[in-house]
Amino acid sequence: MTVRRPIRRRRRRSAKTFWLTTMMLPVTVWLLLIRYLPMFGISLSFLDYRLPTRKLPFPSNLFKSVWVGLKNFNFLFTSESVTMIRNTIGYNALWIVLGLLISVTFAIMMSELTKKFLAKTYQTMMFFPYFLSWVVVAYFLFAFLDPTNGMIARAQKAAGGDVIDWYNTPKYWPYILTLCSMWKNTGYSTVLYLSAITGIDRSQYEAAAVDGATKWQQMVHVTLPHLKPMIVILLIMNVGKIFNADFGLFWSVPMNSSPLYPVTQVVDTYVYRAYTSTGNVGMSTAAGFLQNLVGFICIMAANSIVRKLDADSSLF
Amino acid sequence: MTAIPKKARDHFRLNAVSRKTESVFHLVLGLFALACIIPFVFVIIISFSSEDSIRRIGYSFMPQTWSLAAYEQVFQLGDALWRSYFNSFFITVVGTSVSVIMCILYAYPLYRKDYKFRGFFSFLSFFTMIFGGGLIPTIIVCKDLLGMSNNYYALIVPMLVSPFYIIIMRTFFQTTVPFDLIEAATIDGSGEYSTLLRVVLPIMKPGIATVALLTALGYWNEWFLCLLYVTDRKLYPLQYLLMEMQRNAEFLARNSSMLGASGADAIRSLPSQTMRMAVVVFIVLPIACAYPFFQRYVVEGLTIGSVKG
Repeated sequence: MTVRRPIRRRRRRSAKTFWLTTMMLPVTVWLLLIRYLPMFGISLSFLDYRLPTRKLPFPSNLFKSVWVGLKNFNFLFTSESVTMIRNTIGYNALWIVLGLLISVTFAIMMSELTKKFLAKTYQTMMFFPYFLSWVVVAYFLFAFLDPTNGMIARAQKAAGGDVIDWYNTPKYWPYILTLCSMWKNTGYSTVLYLSAITGIDRSQYEAAAVDGATKWQQMVHVTLPHLKPMIVILLIMNVGKIFNADFGLFWSVPMNSSPLYPVTQVVDTYVYRAYTSTGNVGMSTAAGFLQNLVGFICIMAANSIVRKLDADSSLF
Repeated sequence: MTAIPKKARDHFRLNAVSRKTESVFHLVLGLFALACIIPFVFVIIISFSSEDSIRRIGYSFMPQTWSLAAYEQVFQLGDALWRSYFNSFFITVVGTSVSVIMCILYAYPLYRKDYKFRGFFSFLSFFTMIFGGGLIPTIIVCKDLLGMSNNYYALIVPMLVSPFYIIIMRTFFQTTVPFDLIEAATIDGSGEYSTLLRVVLPIMKPGIATVALLTALGYWNEWFLCLLYVTDRKLYPLQYLLMEMQRNAEFLARNSSMLGASGADAIRSLPSQTMRMAVVVFIVLPIACAYPFFQRYVVEGLTIGSVKG
């Protein structure tokens, strides 16, 4: 009797582990096939990849591909890739800072509104663009920028000025893309920060007010310190993605217009275009690999810096 | 009774910003909030404008004449449109159901403190958030190895799992399901699957709704997978159909002079600008109608996922 009990308990425990593990299976299989298997594909960036043909179907073409070392990384030394890297990092850095400033400001303003109903309405309206696809946003923009019927073109014509051919004039697009990105994403991050602010204990503000703190001082000494962990986490995540661009934004919003490539080409679109137009698998894989590697290093670096400064705010 | 003295009213404004500052806040936030929905309103108005009005004054918030021609044209598209509508619905419904079930099954053991391999499996999914094989190897695996090209699998499978949603779901489990409940069920002799199904899921409805809504929106707005894996027009979802229309129009507009008379003909037979705007309305309308209802869930889910994840 006394001997049997622990065995039964152990058996029950291993049955539990077994059944819980079976639950993991579907996602695990998916992750292994669609996320982990492609990681071996990174080796393609060191090969001269032979596209599969009817004579040489898929797996066997791999064995016919020859090792070329770092040749696929030569694209890095073209002016085209300098532009695309500059664009990717430039836009991301600008948008991280701008997005943070705007959404934290908006969230604080929103939290100070005394008419709660209006605050809710603003929030609902601001969040709306987040749920639309870039394809749809591209149409929204087109209604304003279309050179023949667009609202701006017609207004310019009516004023007797020259009509700007937006989709062929690169110099405006850094501003347009920034506007689009802020328009679509500000609502989302504002809502995130706002919910963090509403989670702050009201009595802290009252105590500060009793001690004679102005609204501005309350913001600096109560609100911002409470928002810090969240700002830090979102910053780490965004810095980790500094080499990744939103494909939809850079592809469909400028309508894939080639005169705009100097200001709209980013790593993601470059990889896709190199792959579809030239079929250069080795080179585009190499570009994608670099993108992931840099992202990985950035996120690790950002996280370890944060962990040194303030262990509680770090992501992992 | 109606006239509350000004002083008493100000009492409610204790420790609030001054009235002047608040009206500035209202102005800034209100203008931005309006800017967020005005483009959609504009597109709706364009879709109801007559071609004639557009030729004369362009796109305008106040067209000279209204017309339903764009919608008549949309319905004349017939098969192409309805098939795309069906595709979008089908992909959204099937994708979302499978995806949510998989997500629950993966997130639940991650929440169980007493599960042995918890650490390993959290790492397995988390690692894919910070490193990956890149676009091209993924395409090769999906297309050449798994045969995802020109079929519904290609539009559904690559989006089934999102580590971010797994984190959201796990956090929901942690905040809504007390662990004692599971222990009690286990002592009563309930198996793991029946505990999940009978005890846990009924109280997890808000969490499931959140993840389901986010996933459904993702599928409804999807066009990238179609760009990568699908060339068969019969499989186009709405979003991609819309993108194609624009691309064809652009191509013809740019090359019409070279194509001569046949080009001019082709342009005339093209879907008109207003009709394309009508298709945009068709795409956004389901979202806009459901939006007030699902907004709350999404806000809740996203804040839980990103604050505590």
